[in-house]
Amino acid sequence: MSNNTAPLLEIKNVSKFFGSVIALQDVSAFVRAGEVTCLLGDNGAGKSTLIKVLSGVHKASEGEYLFDGERQEFESPREALEMGIATVYQDLAMIPLMSVWRNFFLGSEPTKGWGPFKQFDSNYAKETTKSEMAKMGIDIRDPEQTVGTLSGGERQSVAIARAVHFGAKVLILDEPTAALGVKQAGVVLKYILQAKNRGIGVIFITHNPHHAYPVGDHFVILRRGQVYGDFSKEEIPLEQLVQMMAGGADLEKLEHELEQASQEGGDDAAALAEAAGAIGSELTELGGAPGEQGES
Amino acid sequence: MVSEAKSPPSAAPPDADERVRKVSRLTRLLSRPEFGAGLGAVLVWVFFAIVAYDNNFASWATFAAIMNRAAPLGILAIAVALLMIGGEFDLSIGSILGFAGMTIMVLIFPADNGGFGWGIWPAILAALVLSLAIGAFNGALVVATKLPSFIITLATLFIFRGLTIALTRMFTNRTQLGHADEASGFGLADTLFAAEIHFMGATFRAAILWWIGMAAVATWILLRSRQGNWIFGTGGDANAARNVGVPVSRVRIALFMGTAFAALLVAVIQVVQFTGSDTLRGFGLEFQAIIAVVVGGTLLTGGFGSVIGASFGALIFAMVKQGIIITGVDGDWFQVFVGGVLVIAVIFNNYVRQKAAQR
Repeated sequence: MSNNTAPLLEIKNVSKFFGSVIALQDVSAFVRAGEVTCLLGDNGAGKSTLIKVLSGVHKASEGEYLFDGERQEFESPREALEMGIATVYQDLAMIPLMSVWRNFFLGSEPTKGWGPFKQFDSNYAKETTKSEMAKMGIDIRDPEQTVGTLSGGERQSVAIARAVHFGAKVLILDEPTAALGVKQAGVVLKYILQAKNRGIGVIFITHNPHHAYPVGDHFVILRRGQVYGDFSKEEIPLEQLVQMMAGGADLEKLEHELEQASQEGGDDAAALAEAAGAIGSELTELGGAPGEQGES
Repeated sequence: MVSEAKSPPSAAPPDADERVRKVSRLTRLLSRPEFGAGLGAVLVWVFFAIVAYDNNFASWATFAAIMNRAAPLGILAIAVALLMIGGEFDLSIGSILGFAGMTIMVLIFPADNGGFGWGIWPAILAALVLSLAIGAFNGALVVATKLPSFIITLATLFIFRGLTIALTRMFTNRTQLGHADEASGFGLADTLFAAEIHFMGATFRAAILWWIGMAAVATWILLRSRQGNWIFGTGGDANAARNVGVPVSRVRIALFMGTAFAALLVAVIQVVQFTGSDTLRGFGLEFQAIIAVVVGGTLLTGGFGSVIGASFGALIFAMVKQGIIITGVDGDWFQVFVGGVLVIAVIFNNYVRQKAAQR
């Protein structure tokens, strides 16, 4: 799948400091047109900060931000958006009380007429919403439907379709599958592939390797604000990705702690012991003894 | 509006989502924000038409009286509806109304009595500029401090009522000023703002035309302009709206200027119609306007509502007032009736909307 064209968006050795706190250190990553780069990391790994740097909310303290081979320094997310770098946030994507077509064009309404009679071209907006959603494989029966009546997956899909319609070249998706059920997450993954097939570079941020693996072309693993590894799909099987994500050594330690707690505690501890056992067996199932990865 | 998306249920494509049902035109009508208020207005009218049958409630003349009574509140409610859909409150409109009215009166009052002796048109223009500035001040304060507009405008409610009383006294040593009709240019103002229109034997005031005009313009802005979409977005979720490039702060300031403009317009209408004003003019109107807007189906939390609904809300208010007056109920009980009927209207309206959304 991966071609060897130049990256569309690339960050080189980016660091971000907040006072004495090092949120990101020496992070490098890139995405090519028509590819999906997955940024994986557990809570506190620095994903949110990285998204904010990528989308233009924060400026990097150190390092380079390259778009189409040229250095950029964005003053606001608006500037990034104008260059074609669109970010879809997990919960701030849509306004529930508004209809799908009003949401779709919010902030970028098409107009017709002139002067004081310039009006929001609602027919065009409804038609376009329908056809853009159809291109993503979603059949919106009624653009008048309020977004609040859509499921979480559908909302994310509308947001993705909107970004694509407004000329996104790079699509940054902030945990689009995090709050979704299995089936709904599958729907969103399908639209990520659709966007990729339309030649868009997708940066997919998630903490779930099972969601990342089917759609990703390569995987950047963040841990404690640093890049822990950068792999193309051919280099790494899913099992290993899961292992790395979870942090083998840490999990082993957690298992021990849980076991200990179960010995000290009374009735409640039975459940904990069970959980500890489950984690252990899952790790063995995934292949590779816990802790094998170590720090690299 | 609902044209091509509709196909008969039998012709539904086989892969249709089983959770989406075809919605009838009726259900669509029911879930519109103004529907509850429209139906409520009809019910209130029928109620008084029966109860006050002997007092001729169901007559053309009474209808004209109701419309005349509703018009000023309707004008205010329309601007407040836009503001509340945008997610904000304005408690200061009654004070702005009083301030604007007294500004006009002090400016046209004879110079030897502490006034300035201006013509009425320059005075109206000055009041217009001042009112818009007050609206912008309210809006800018809300945007800059990020405090709830409820608190900010509660403060400006007192500030501008106090200024009205203090300044009027300072200049003229009175609390009530009359004889506006002696100002130059009053004739044209009278025709424009207070003309009596005799139609089929009843007398309608020009304010009704202003009300209808405002409703048409505001509805167009809300539903047909990009700015209308921004208002819905700002009230629905200001952060999300900002993220997609809606100028949220500008929308808010403009909406506060809108309510201040409506207050000015009503002030001008009343000054011309009553040929004077007093320092307590407009007292309590801000609450009546909010009630009319909420009865009209606009959500207190913003993001949903309608201008037509707010107009129906003002109409209900006026019908209740008129109904109580002509049935001759003891005036002491008036506010109890108004409050009671309005609570019922709001509950009914919410019930209808929820039913419609469920079906």
